[in-house]
Amino acid sequence: MKVVAAMSGGVDSAVAAARAVEAGHDVTGIHLALSRNPQSYRSGARGCCTIEDSNDARRAADVIGIPFYVWDLSDRFHEDVVVDFMDTYAAGQTPNPCLRCNEKIKFAAVLDRALALGFDAVATGHYARLDTTADGGVELHRAVDHGKDQSYVLGVLDDRQLRHSLFPLGDTPKQEVRREAAARGLLVADKPDSHDICFVADGDSAGWLREKLGDRAPNHGGAIVDETGEVLGEHEGTFAFTIGQRRGLRLGTPAPDGKPRFVLDIEPVSGTVTVGPRERLAVERIRADRPRWCGAPLASGTTAEVTVQLRAHGDEHRGRVRVADDGRSVEIELTDLAFGIAPGQAAVLYQGTRVVGSATITATERIPA
Amino acid sequence: MNDAEGRGTVYLDHAATTPMVPAAVAAMTAHLADIGNASALHASGRRARRVVEESRETIAQALGCRPGEVVFTSGGTEADNLAVKGLYWSRRAADPARRRVLASAIEHHAVLDPLHWLADHEDAVLELVPVDAEGRLDTAALAATIERDPASVALVSVMWANNEVGTVQPLAEVVAVASTHGIPVHSDAVQALGVLPVDFAAAGIDAMTISGHKVGGPLGVGALVVRRELELTALVHGGGQERDVRSGTLDVPAVAGFAAAVELAVKEQAAHASRLAGLREQLVSSVQAVLPDAVLNGDPVDRLPGNAHFSFPGCEGDSLLMLLDARGIECSTGSACSAGVPQPSHVLLAMGRDADAARSSLRFSLGHTSTATDVETVVAALPPCVERARAARA
Repeated sequence: MKVVAAMSGGVDSAVAAARAVEAGHDVTGIHLALSRNPQSYRSGARGCCTIEDSNDARRAADVIGIPFYVWDLSDRFHEDVVVDFMDTYAAGQTPNPCLRCNEKIKFAAVLDRALALGFDAVATGHYARLDTTADGGVELHRAVDHGKDQSYVLGVLDDRQLRHSLFPLGDTPKQEVRREAAARGLLVADKPDSHDICFVADGDSAGWLREKLGDRAPNHGGAIVDETGEVLGEHEGTFAFTIGQRRGLRLGTPAPDGKPRFVLDIEPVSGTVTVGPRERLAVERIRADRPRWCGAPLASGTTAEVTVQLRAHGDEHRGRVRVADDGRSVEIELTDLAFGIAPGQAAVLYQGTRVVGSATITATERIPA
Repeated sequence: MNDAEGRGTVYLDHAATTPMVPAAVAAMTAHLADIGNASALHASGRRARRVVEESRETIAQALGCRPGEVVFTSGGTEADNLAVKGLYWSRRAADPARRRVLASAIEHHAVLDPLHWLADHEDAVLELVPVDAEGRLDTAALAATIERDPASVALVSVMWANNEVGTVQPLAEVVAVASTHGIPVHSDAVQALGVLPVDFAAAGIDAMTISGHKVGGPLGVGALVVRRELELTALVHGGGQERDVRSGTLDVPAVAGFAAAVELAVKEQAAHASRLAGLREQLVSSVQAVLPDAVLNGDPVDRLPGNAHFSFPGCEGDSLLMLLDARGIECSTGSACSAGVPQPSHVLLAMGRDADAARSSLRFSLGHTSTATDVETVVAALPPCVERARAARA
């Protein structure tokens, strides 16, 4: 196949590209320029998007012996990921920009462009596995290295996207990937993993949002109250909070019972943040919309036993999902309670290691007090 | 040409760099193992110095200037920086009122960026003079800009011919306006040398940039030709090797190769230009025959003979470049890159095109190794590539 290898400048995508070549594919390395102003987004080598990362990707392509180009997707990235990130926070919710990027950029804008230019697939360094079923269907599974598994952020890919994807690292532990990179002479072998949001240069999301949101709705102070409505303190903007957050509340007086307090609710218009004890975060029912099915979908109006992952690297919770009759939303009833579930995040559904699909959390139902 | 795997390559990016000519390779390699710092006083030093001075004389002879007017640099970018900053500082030192720096809006970044830097850090007032839809400087606008307050102009910089779209600039008219007021004129002649008649004295300009690797010489060497009477403030300080305005031990073999290339390029200029223009005409007419909506940018006649710069509506130049590259055809989007991220060309924007049109363009530049077969190959490859690139943008 003719394959586009998306190369971030990190070790994973470099080894993935090398493996795609070894598998016999005709591979072209592509670095995605996602920032309109590369220097300003990130300094150092922790994520993507810097000139240094672009150069690292280029050098890896040289070593592997494949052509290399930079594709400018900064406008699409800004519209589909950065603006969505701001809008979601502005609505008092907690976005996951990595999922959005996979859904809209890597496996949409990039894939579509690659297909139009005569390529057959996009290869990335994500830790996840693809399987083909006996009847020719495609399935997405967790990586063998569960510690590095990234199937959660790929849970937005539909059947067509998966059929044009390659994840050459899914069967390999991360440590082995690093050893392999060193053995292949790739200089990025010991480059640190990226963790934070790539477009927030210093990792300070709250500071970034404060600046970018300007005068928009949640960028103003408000009260921090307990569940009775008693004002406990003040804050400088709801975007600094996410459901289940404990740190950074800066409440002077301790709770009467001495227990730590957590963010229970965020009301973006009034700016009110409600806090309370951990047990009040327990969620037994989740509503989520925009379901996307990874391969064979669950039929509308049906119910299925699943496990659910509710944040990146989060635990799996057993539960039962029901797809609405119109197929536009799902309702998940959890057998294992979950704590601190934030609207805006993705609920990714699994059956065993297989990713069934995902949906964006819109509401949670707590256990009554 | 063949690449490392023996695959045929159609190289149509001679404006970026052109292969060294055998005469330059011979002149350069003859001195690669010589010892002797050209500034040393002993016999070896004198031998090295002699090579440098003979090279300087060869270049002066070819360019219509005096040997003492040739200041060797590390290349065109350094020469442009020396001209722009060196002239600004010396002219302003002589008269603090001289703060305005004027240039065409389509200068190479090696001129534009130092000018912007002077404006940002050295109190210069930068005024970019517009060009017409074919990329030719508006001389009436330049005259008006100068005459608004001639005493405040430190320098004017207008390239001999544009590196992207190839349009030859009306340098004589620029000189006519500027010289009336005693304002020095710098011209970047990097693209013009070897394909247009370039005579420093006859042009009446005060400073001129040339580069080795664009004329069949080695990379890493160039020169600023600058009139003896003109004061320049140095950028690179040290031993003062080049007229005290440029320091650094001279690269003797590169200087020798540079001189051999310049001498040959100027000697063969007329024949070379006419051969290139013939190939270029064939390329342009064939492309327009197979792709009727392709737009030739720049002046159709008064342009660099090896330059064919097209816009392909509905395409990204980047996609086209990649598709052609995969077929062994090498050309350029002609735009500046940072991290390889293409910005829409400031030249096309200055010519009044929008960002989409600017992004849809591709430059083919022919040179001394180009053949009719190269032209046929690219003409055959373009239609399917354009179709693909269009689909990728839809």
